[in-house]
Amino acid sequence: MFNIVSFIPKAVVQGIPLLYGSTGEIVTQKSGNLNLGIPGVMYVGAISGVIGAFNFEQAVKSYEAANAAEIAAAAASNSPDAFLTYGVPFLSVLIPMLSCLLGSLLMGLLYCFLTVTLKANQNVTGLAMTTFGVGFGNFFGASLIKLSGADVPSIALTNTSKYFSVKLPFAESAGWFGKIFLSYGPLAYLSIIIAIVAALVIKKTRVGLHLRAVGESPATADSAGINVTMYKYGATCIGCMIAGLGGLYYVMDYATGVWSNDAFGDRGWLAIALVIFTIWKPDMSIFASILFGGLYILYLFLPMNIDHMEYQQLYKMIPYVVTLIVLVITSIRNKRENQPPASLGLPYFREER
Amino acid sequence: MAKTKSEPLFHIAKRADMTLKKAILIRVVAIVAALILCAIITMITTGLNPLSVYGSMANGAFGTVRKSWITAQDTSILLLIALALTPAFKMKFWNIGGEGQVLVGALATSAVMLKLAPYLPHPALVAVMLVAAILAGGIWGVLPAICKAKWNTNETLFTLMMNYIATQLTAFYIIVWEYPKGAGKVGIINADTELGWLPRIGNFIGGKYVLTIFIAVLTTVAMFAYLYYSKQGYEICVVGESENTARYVGINVGKVIIRTMFISGAICGLTGFILVAGVHQTITTSLVGGQGFTAVMVSWLAKFNPLIMIFASLLIVFLKKGAGEVASSCGLNESFSEILTGIIIFFIIGCEFFIRYKIVFNKKSAKGGNGNV
Repeated sequence: MFNIVSFIPKAVVQGIPLLYGSTGEIVTQKSGNLNLGIPGVMYVGAISGVIGAFNFEQAVKSYEAANAAEIAAAAASNSPDAFLTYGVPFLSVLIPMLSCLLGSLLMGLLYCFLTVTLKANQNVTGLAMTTFGVGFGNFFGASLIKLSGADVPSIALTNTSKYFSVKLPFAESAGWFGKIFLSYGPLAYLSIIIAIVAALVIKKTRVGLHLRAVGESPATADSAGINVTMYKYGATCIGCMIAGLGGLYYVMDYATGVWSNDAFGDRGWLAIALVIFTIWKPDMSIFASILFGGLYILYLFLPMNIDHMEYQQLYKMIPYVVTLIVLVITSIRNKRENQPPASLGLPYFREER
Repeated sequence: MAKTKSEPLFHIAKRADMTLKKAILIRVVAIVAALILCAIITMITTGLNPLSVYGSMANGAFGTVRKSWITAQDTSILLLIALALTPAFKMKFWNIGGEGQVLVGALATSAVMLKLAPYLPHPALVAVMLVAAILAGGIWGVLPAICKAKWNTNETLFTLMMNYIATQLTAFYIIVWEYPKGAGKVGIINADTELGWLPRIGNFIGGKYVLTIFIAVLTTVAMFAYLYYSKQGYEICVVGESENTARYVGINVGKVIIRTMFISGAICGLTGFILVAGVHQTITTSLVGGQGFTAVMVSWLAKFNPLIMIFASLLIVFLKKGAGEVASSCGLNESFSEILTGIIIFFIIGCEFFIRYKIVFNKKSAKGGNGNV
């Protein structure tokens, strides 16, 4: 029958990339920027992390090869090589993280430069970023080995990935509780922390108030002395970096460091759907992401009739239909606090008030 | 100190004095700059020299007579989707659901093609397919329009969701219709009888492609006339510029939105019909292949002008074919073309700024200022 203890962890690991993506997009949209480039940003985040990790693993390999004699001697004399024991685990996490953040930051800056500084159309810019980002990811994912001239058959970053999927110490021994709450890698917990922090900042702080003001009415914010350009740049770039981490989580933890083209699929769009579903609240998004993650894989857990495989496809439709219903209902009820930021998608030009 | 310290060096002002010639010049400069950057990037990744890069790109798109015809056909398909989206965009209705609208059109076409083929003669079958496709696409377009007109639902997000609903619906029917059982795909529909296939015209290499191209040309002209020389086109324009003005002069805004989105969806459905009946004779979930999104950019690049759209879609298709050829000849991944397309679009998006705005320097010495970098 339906096995809830094995279902929930699977739903959560599906939900984490969505949570990163939706938190990033909520922060972005709060500033009035409708960034449809999030799917592309997540791809770029993932592949940047992969490129960083790949080069690092190659460097470690050549270090090991160059100093093989000394490492062996150090191991024999019971004082292991300092770089390999302490440096490598630390850098294995740090380098992919930083490359991922850098890659997504660059995408965020590009988007801001075009839409905020040059006041370009946000939808077109976003779609172009998605085209570019997905192409960038797939191109380097498939061509990295050839371009770097490395001697490996495929991108399988298992050495780096194992540091991204360390489990909490009691995960194995705590039974169902451990499976449901403790069995995830550090990036999963980070995503929840980021979502809570984002919610608090948006709701409770002055910075959040200013950010919401910029998203609702940039002209009003401007005349109140808020630097609209700075807030838009800041929110969008931070949003892109958060979303990029979702890509990194997917490839490093969920996919155990194995890159395959188009495997990330339409999760980026699902993250944008989540933004509406949660009516622009990152803390709601924690549960909603897990719910969507669950809907995404629900078909694997429902009793399956081998003659009617087609119904799986209809189950996969559920997240989108549910989002549509939420979108329509919020617009019908027209409650003030549940609306998208009023200036969402519009460029702000000071002389056009 | 009369002047405060924080006086900015320059400010940005809207410009109204841009001549058409100058505007075109700026765009051409942007495209050339983008092409140069693309060539440099290609050179770094593949080691080819930049001239031979564009040589082999041209070879990929126009190398043989057949390649040229296929390029023309693909351009027509992209052009049709871009044309479909254009009236909605002119109305400032962001229909990014072209992907889904084309796909349901294709789905309806395949359904009729599969299920009614034994009962109808060939011409009637094609006619029913066409009507079904147009209705399906139209319905997919009208749903978000009704919600927009009634409750002001955000259409960008609505149409986006409809894409994935269409994809899953198609995936569902592909498994229902799969042939042979368990293959996970439909296969060529009516492969033996060729019922419902669009006919070849003439007995030359391009015969297979002529009809698609002809429909695209016809639609382009019709759309141009509709937008610029008809009352409905004018209404679309007014609603797009200012809904309040439209309401004031007595235009029923809701009606215009719904009507325009039906047209938009219907042309997408027509494109789906061509994709199934004229090009692939089968249906897959990736039939449209992201062209619904690319078309958004094509339509916008052409400033919603159907005639310029021909060149915009040709440019995008040329890049796709050309970069694909370059990448595969160097053993690299074909997604290279998407990187190049992205770069070109970024440049064109960026250059619009210099057409719409000018940078005015606040010093007395700089008279007027000039934003054309």
